[in-house]
Amino acid sequence: MNALLQKHADEIQVILAKYPADKAGKRSGVMPLLYLAQREYGYITKQALREVAEICEITETEVTSIIGFYSLYYDQPSGKYRVQVCTDLPCALRGAEEFLEKLCENLGIKVGETTPDGLIKVEAVMCLAGCDKAPVFQLQSSEGLEYHENQTVDSALELINKLGQG
Amino acid sequence: MAEYILLRHRDIPGLDQLETYRQNGGFEAWRKVVSKMDPADVTNEVKASGLRGRGGAGFPTGLKWSFIDEQNWPHYVVANADESEPGTFKDREILEFNPYQFLEGVAICAYAIMANDAYIYLRGEFWQIANKLDQCIAAMESAGFLGDKVFGTKTSLHLHTHLGAGAYICGEETALLESIEGNLGQPRLRPPFPPAFGIYGKPTIVNNVETLTNVPLIISRGAGWYKSTGTEKSPGPKIFSLSGCVNRPGNYELPLGTTFRELIFDHGRGIPEERKIKAIMPAGASSSMIIANDVALATPMDYESVPKLGAQLGSASVIVIDDSVSIPWLLNKTVHFFTHESCGKCTPCREGTYWMMHLTDRISQGKATMNDVLLLQDVANQIKGKCLCALGEFSIEAVLTGIERFPADFEAVTVKSNS
Repeated sequence: MNALLQKHADEIQVILAKYPADKAGKRSGVMPLLYLAQREYGYITKQALREVAEICEITETEVTSIIGFYSLYYDQPSGKYRVQVCTDLPCALRGAEEFLEKLCENLGIKVGETTPDGLIKVEAVMCLAGCDKAPVFQLQSSEGLEYHENQTVDSALELINKLGQG
Repeated sequence: MAEYILLRHRDIPGLDQLETYRQNGGFEAWRKVVSKMDPADVTNEVKASGLRGRGGAGFPTGLKWSFIDEQNWPHYVVANADESEPGTFKDREILEFNPYQFLEGVAICAYAIMANDAYIYLRGEFWQIANKLDQCIAAMESAGFLGDKVFGTKTSLHLHTHLGAGAYICGEETALLESIEGNLGQPRLRPPFPPAFGIYGKPTIVNNVETLTNVPLIISRGAGWYKSTGTEKSPGPKIFSLSGCVNRPGNYELPLGTTFRELIFDHGRGIPEERKIKAIMPAGASSSMIIANDVALATPMDYESVPKLGAQLGSASVIVIDDSVSIPWLLNKTVHFFTHESCGKCTPCREGTYWMMHLTDRISQGKATMNDVLLLQDVANQIKGKCLCALGEFSIEAVLTGIERFPADFEAVTVKSNS
């Protein structure tokens, strides 16, 4: 039984219809389906991996390698929200490293750690194409991904407080 | 510039709404090619305009379209919206605020090469933008501008978005194609090039977002009009992404050939806190380091002039470096980026970036001798010219030129050798 396929049959059909109706086209579905699975389960569980492999008619090993290669797929659970701060060169020139450090200090965690309530994981990431509006971070959760630009430590903490209440 | 060509939403509010876009001449070029032009004439018009690829390579767009293999079908168009170069944020503004002009460009390209399907590959971080493009595509289908029988003619065209998942390398066109096929985003050995062997082994034209956004106005106003801005060999407008140590960072649409000085000091309002400009990286983290002297500042930013400064214009992502910045620190930043983003397929890049990372760590922390700097130079030179794709080459540009052009910065952080 393929729970992902059963629950999201229509959406999966829409995804697969983007690509040619042959074996190669089915394989193209792997990336969008991994996003779908991640939304469904919070991260790519072993079960999700098997389900995606089955739908795309590729091996579990192949799906595992895709998950390992691309940085936006997660095979481990983590904080409910990921605050991902860009610290690449242009952002660093606009104070992104100090921003990240102070933010973590205020949350009582180190970069890469999750708050004790399991709510927020703060990470340094590579360029987000928001260089002119640094400090910038993306907020990732199972609901999606949104950008927050021109941030201060205060504005970021305010947002994080709201997430805690919501 | 009197009138925006690419960032037209800055002149026309609400341009991301289909009706507003249509009222401002939108889809007229698309209608014109579908109802009145031969595909070859479309390619010829783009060729005549002199438009060059805005993703970084500056390859003539019309010429690329003419390379499509007519013996092998179907054909595909792939729009590269994987914008991930540190310092580059131009395509994002187009996609967010002027999406229909871009989509119209994709459609015209598809018609020119007789493709019925086109994929728009967006970096995974552009999830919200992909949702928006999906809505725009649906709106165009409802209006009869996309789908089967476009404008009631025999032409059919389907556009599809495809999200990447956080891999800089997928901006490299063959890695991007692999990624759409559901593989690891690793570059292919070339030739064959995508116009002969692209997605699913079929002839494919891969163009950057900004490149395609130029196309509708080239068709509606003509190649002659287009050539009236920019320089003879680099015609048209360009979006310069200005970032780093500058008072007013942002995107600036200016004619190709605008000087560095005008961009940085007039539009960007100069350097914060009256500090002095030290270096310019004109093509993002992939750049060579240009010494920001009077000659450099007076240099026109176009595909021919920037190489005279020992650098490339690339995607025109101008990162400004002032005199408070240490070049060893900067190189450590760029090298960390490329090490993280190396796909691991070819050895010089995979191993070379790793070793450069350890060396720049040590140098920027003040724990190295000048011998380590020489070793870094040596490693970089061993990467040079030996990689499967441009990523490895990009990783050494700043390293080699930084060491060569800013030696005092390295002397300042290195310790005396005991040997």
